[in-house]
Amino acid sequence: MSFSVNKAFKKPLNKSSSKKLTCSLTAMAVGASLLLSNPVFASEGASDVEFEASSNIAIEQRYFFKEALYPEQLHHSQTSLSIETELYWQWNGGNDSIIFTPFYRLDSQDSQRTHGDIRELAYVHASDNWELRVGIRKEFWGVTEFQHLVDVINQTDGVEDFDGEDKLGQQMLNLSVVNDWGIVDVFLLPGFRERTYAGAEGRLRGPLVVDDENVSYESSAGQQHLDVALRWAHSVGDFDLGAYWFHGTNRAAYLSPSALEPSSTLVQYYSQMDQLGVDVQATLGDWLWKFEGIHRSTSLEDFWATQAGFEYSFIGVFASNIDLGLLMEHSWDSRGEVALGAQGSLLQNDLFLGARLAFNDMQSSELLMGIGSDLDHNAFSFLIEANRRFGANVIVSVDVRLLHSNDENDLLYSLSNDDHAQVSVAWYF
Amino acid sequence: MLTKKILISAISALSLTLASNAAFALSAEEQKGLDISMEAKKRDLGWQDSTADMRMLLRNKQGQESIREIKIKSLEIHGDGDKSLTIFNKPRDIKGTAFLSFSHPVAADEQWLFLPALKRVKRISSRNKSGPFMGSEFAFEDLSSFEVEKYSYKYLGVEELNGFTNFKVEQYPVDENSGYTRRIVWLDTLEYRIHKIDFYDRKNSLLKTLTFSGYKQYLAKHWRADSQEMINHQNGKSTELKWSNYNFKTGLSDSDFNRNSLKRAR
Repeated sequence: MSFSVNKAFKKPLNKSSSKKLTCSLTAMAVGASLLLSNPVFASEGASDVEFEASSNIAIEQRYFFKEALYPEQLHHSQTSLSIETELYWQWNGGNDSIIFTPFYRLDSQDSQRTHGDIRELAYVHASDNWELRVGIRKEFWGVTEFQHLVDVINQTDGVEDFDGEDKLGQQMLNLSVVNDWGIVDVFLLPGFRERTYAGAEGRLRGPLVVDDENVSYESSAGQQHLDVALRWAHSVGDFDLGAYWFHGTNRAAYLSPSALEPSSTLVQYYSQMDQLGVDVQATLGDWLWKFEGIHRSTSLEDFWATQAGFEYSFIGVFASNIDLGLLMEHSWDSRGEVALGAQGSLLQNDLFLGARLAFNDMQSSELLMGIGSDLDHNAFSFLIEANRRFGANVIVSVDVRLLHSNDENDLLYSLSNDDHAQVSVAWYF
Repeated sequence: MLTKKILISAISALSLTLASNAAFALSAEEQKGLDISMEAKKRDLGWQDSTADMRMLLRNKQGQESIREIKIKSLEIHGDGDKSLTIFNKPRDIKGTAFLSFSHPVAADEQWLFLPALKRVKRISSRNKSGPFMGSEFAFEDLSSFEVEKYSYKYLGVEELNGFTNFKVEQYPVDENSGYTRRIVWLDTLEYRIHKIDFYDRKNSLLKTLTFSGYKQYLAKHWRADSQEMINHQNGKSTELKWSNYNFKTGLSDSDFNRNSLKRAR
């Protein structure tokens, strides 16, 4: 549900080399399998290697209600096919395991959305009170629903969906130690992933296309900068707490119009950042109180941002088995409201309301509705998500998203022709 | 005015005394009901930890069926409720989802859910006792570990069932979030194994009947039923639950029941 498109950045940037360090999937796979080769061979000697494979194939149809705002964009209809497979081996009673999860999407319209990724290719060794995880993985942090402010390890796979919840696999070495006073995680993150953006043909983008060939970095190491993170997480009674420090490449690029006149693309600049983050959830009866806060410091700016709110559950409404959850969250950013084209936050003073209905039936039917509203000017987004299982292995989802803004300075304004409905049929096997 | 106040406080003090007396001084039927339940709990103590596979077959009125496959790991905690880790295998779309629970006899349980698509661990509210477990006819509270403190009791007599002589005990949930006003439980007088439970809804009408079959004894002590069938009398649906691969004292410890083990649970 979060809306994580970066605003364009007008101020000319201190451009370093625009040479792009492409880190191909093959290279990553080879690198990771080299890292993993020892445990793989070790496993051949060990008895009781258990193997599991599972996959899903999904076909997705989007329909945009209005004609495109920009000439190259697709007109109304966008069809897409995706496949994800998970291969899993474990031995030593599950204390050693390898997971491999390749993903691929084929899109009928947007060449940038046709893409593949290794979501996971990792070896995990678990001991009594520590775990070592090596390879390409996904790590999620946070407690809120409408924006994932503190979630920082993985890059967003921006072409996947509008909600920013899809992530690219991140190479890492992660040691996790369980103590009486909480779990401490140390991360070494070699190899940065650039965010994926809609191409020229794609909808759900601003007037200028983000150029994936024109990328620069603050660090002279570029994509090879070694990022580090340290996190503590603990549960104390009704409270779940987390705090971390991240030092490395900013996952969000500063975007600015290319120097060529007339500018037709946005170039990406990835700064270095230091970020402190905190997440807290209090689970008090039917109430979940949630807070996320960050302080980010880059060479270009320093700011604070928060996401805070609650979720309240009604169990068995209308004398049925249906559960109703009501959600409210507020987003705040110390940078405040800024003109389109300046660096800032889209969620500087925004209120989100949501309602979730879980039918608790055999088909696991669910309905989610949400409204996001910018309290500083007239802009809102509205969404409905519904899904249900058909038979044993098919999930059908229907999503409708409506975006509206009266303010030409708002990024939502440039998306206001992109109201759409999306139907997806996924087969799990 | 003052006398009225004194009178009111005197009356409320009196009613308090009466209430607490009632709580402590159990009737003979209440005492016997409590004793039977304590004996049932006592006879099963000392299993330490267990793992088992569970297969649920959900059936609706029209005869449509749906399958759930689950693996459960449990850890016995002395002086508190048990810890459990539930791993979902079917339906396929939720494969990899896992659920960690620290149960407590009276205080709210602590529960976390791992969602594999996002790799997200979510602390969830444990107030939902009465809701259906995965769309089945089992409520969450029907699957949680039995703790003596969760109910008050009344002994109803002896009845023949499945060729056994059974104690018939009525149980009244202490938790106000329970979906039931009462349960009637049949336990055989020989081994204190539960053979049948009748569940009465909040309006005190008969809602469901759970029957147990295929009891096997593990480690020459712990009796477990291979099969449980829950029939909902009000909506005509039923859920059959089959247990397999029961193992006890497998060496599980606290470190198998934390956020990290939840994330890698299989």
